[in-house]
Amino acid sequence: MRYSGFRVIKEALTGHRGWGPAWRDPEPKAEYDYVIIGGGGHGLATAYYLAKEYKQSRIAVLEKGWIGGGNVGRNTTIVRSNYLLDGNEPFYEFSLKLWEGLEQELNYNAMMSQRGIINLMHSDAQRDAYIRRGNAMILNGADAQLLDQKQVLEKYPFLNVKNARFPVMGGLLQARAGTARHDAVAWGYARAADQCGVDIIQNCEVTGFKIEGGKIRGVETSRGFIGAKKVGSCVAGSSSKVMAFAGMRLPIESHVLQAFVSEGLKPVLPGVITFGAGHFYCSQSDKGGLVFGGNIDGYNTYASRGNLPMVEDVMEEAIAMFPMLGRARLLRSWGGIMDMSMDGTPIIDKTHIDGLYFNGGWCYGGFKATPASGMVYAHLLATDAPHDTATAFKLDRFHTGHMIDEKGVGNQPNLH
Amino acid sequence: MIINHPLLGPRDSSEFVYLGDASLLNRPDWQADDALEQFIDYGHTRDNPAGLHRELWYHEQGDRSWLVVTRNTVTHEITSVELARDVARTEGRFE
Ligand SMILES: Cc1cc2nc3c(=O)[nH]c(=O)nc-3n(C[C@H](O)[C@H](O)[C@H](O)COP(=O)(O)OP(=O)(O)OC[C@H]3O[C@@H](n4cnc5c(N)ncnc54)[C@H](O)[C@@H]3O)c2cc1C
Repeated sequence: MRYSGFRVIKEALTGHRGWGPAWRDPEPKAEYDYVIIGGGGHGLATAYYLAKEYKQSRIAVLEKGWIGGGNVGRNTTIVRSNYLLDGNEPFYEFSLKLWEGLEQELNYNAMMSQRGIINLMHSDAQRDAYIRRGNAMILNGADAQLLDQKQVLEKYPFLNVKNARFPVMGGLLQARAGTARHDAVAWGYARAADQCGVDIIQNCEVTGFKIEGGKIRGVETSRGFIGAKKVGSCVAGSSSKVMAFAGMRLPIESHVLQAFVSEGLKPVLPGVITFGAGHFYCSQSDKGGLVFGGNIDGYNTYASRGNLPMVEDVMEEAIAMFPMLGRARLLRSWGGIMDMSMDGTPIIDKTHIDGLYFNGGWCYGGFKATPASGMVYAHLLATDAPHDTATAFKLDRFHTGHMIDEKGVGNQPNLH
Repeated sequence: MIINHPLLGPRDSSEFVYLGDASLLNRPDWQADDALEQFIDYGHTRDNPAGLHRELWYHEQGDRSWLVVTRNTVTHEITSVELARDVARTEGRFE
């Protein structure tokens, strides 16, 4: 069924009896050509593009819980392409272009809202760094604009620009950046993949691989063995656990990142805004809640909940930036398990096992990558060659020395 | 999280800085034949287990000692805290 304005009116007049489920709930088949592990944004997007763009069939997505229950349904929904390095920026700009056409492509309202992101700057050195970053973005076909203090105040008149330690000197604006409704992205891809014949199998945890003579034969799951010619892992924070079934150790640590939502307020934040003197990012949801977050807690964990020191740290940053926030009440907070890589950059590559592929290491930033990650991973799975925009995301880059370290902090995952 | 420091007693984890897996104590021999492979592995790959994890914490806001903390990464329960110096000694490494 196609969704449309006409359909909404028709259903409204006929008691909403015609909608039906958005995707099937199939039993797993004995064998598939492609098995994707993980029903997050990336896994569902990969299955969709495999079926749609690369014309592959017999595809299954295996999800241990329910689709969208992982990081894709827990993030702060910021979508942007304001990276600096050559290995990254073409990929993220490719992703942003896919976001711009996503809702038409999927026939699903993902509430993509290009409300712009401003990264505030607080020192001369930071201004230089942002000019350099803006130029790198423009060279890669993205948009970037340097704002002075006055231009920032026009959009955000309540900012504490005269803070003694961290005065706001201006900001780097990417006007095409914004937010999207995270759950709707998972559901939109799931529905579109299902319509292309992909089996989405929930409550199906992968517990092992069957590997013979260096070649993948299938996966062991909580719902029995499922044969596969090619298997792509896409499990974000669980990457080390799943790849250990194939005897692999990864350049990844799992850490928790928390997110916070305030009570609903009248419209106050027109776009996404980040504090440049720490790590704090904030936007306002369509329901009115301020959605914000900061750093990861900083120690290895698989518990999807954080601790209080980071809550305090994030609130301090919030108040330093918007003193008025002290009046708002915090409604909810939660955590998600991040796959923090050693250089802060993802990995999308083959493994040493024939037919087994790996996609992970997304750190804080994988939501914005969802469409491109799906597209380039589908390309890799279908053609065995990396997509043009993803040639640098190699698993062996720590051996060859081609790390992609945006922040320049080295192999210390809790600093990325 | 409260870390029960062997010398100072229970201290809040926010006094500490986290480094990572305690295998970082075992710096490879730079003269070994496969030193390059060993260092790549030492610097970049991790077990990253769900469950018990031995890890290095530095008491930066305190006595500046390095600790080896054994903690469950699923429950955050800490089961043992040792001075990294003592661990290195018992494992036969010099300071
Ligand atoms: C609090 C928070 C804020 C964030 N903010 C942003 C942001 O503003 N912008 C941005 O770009 N990114 C952000 N991110 C990062 C982004 O959400 C992730 O990088 C991205 O969602 C990861 O890809 P995914 O959607 O495929 O992961 P997930 O949704 O986590 O999907 C992985 C799936 O694999 C499943 N799985 C795990 N093990 C198995 C198994 N053995 N068998 C079967 N299935 C398994 C899991 O259940 C899960 O559903 C944020 C993350 C968090 C937690």
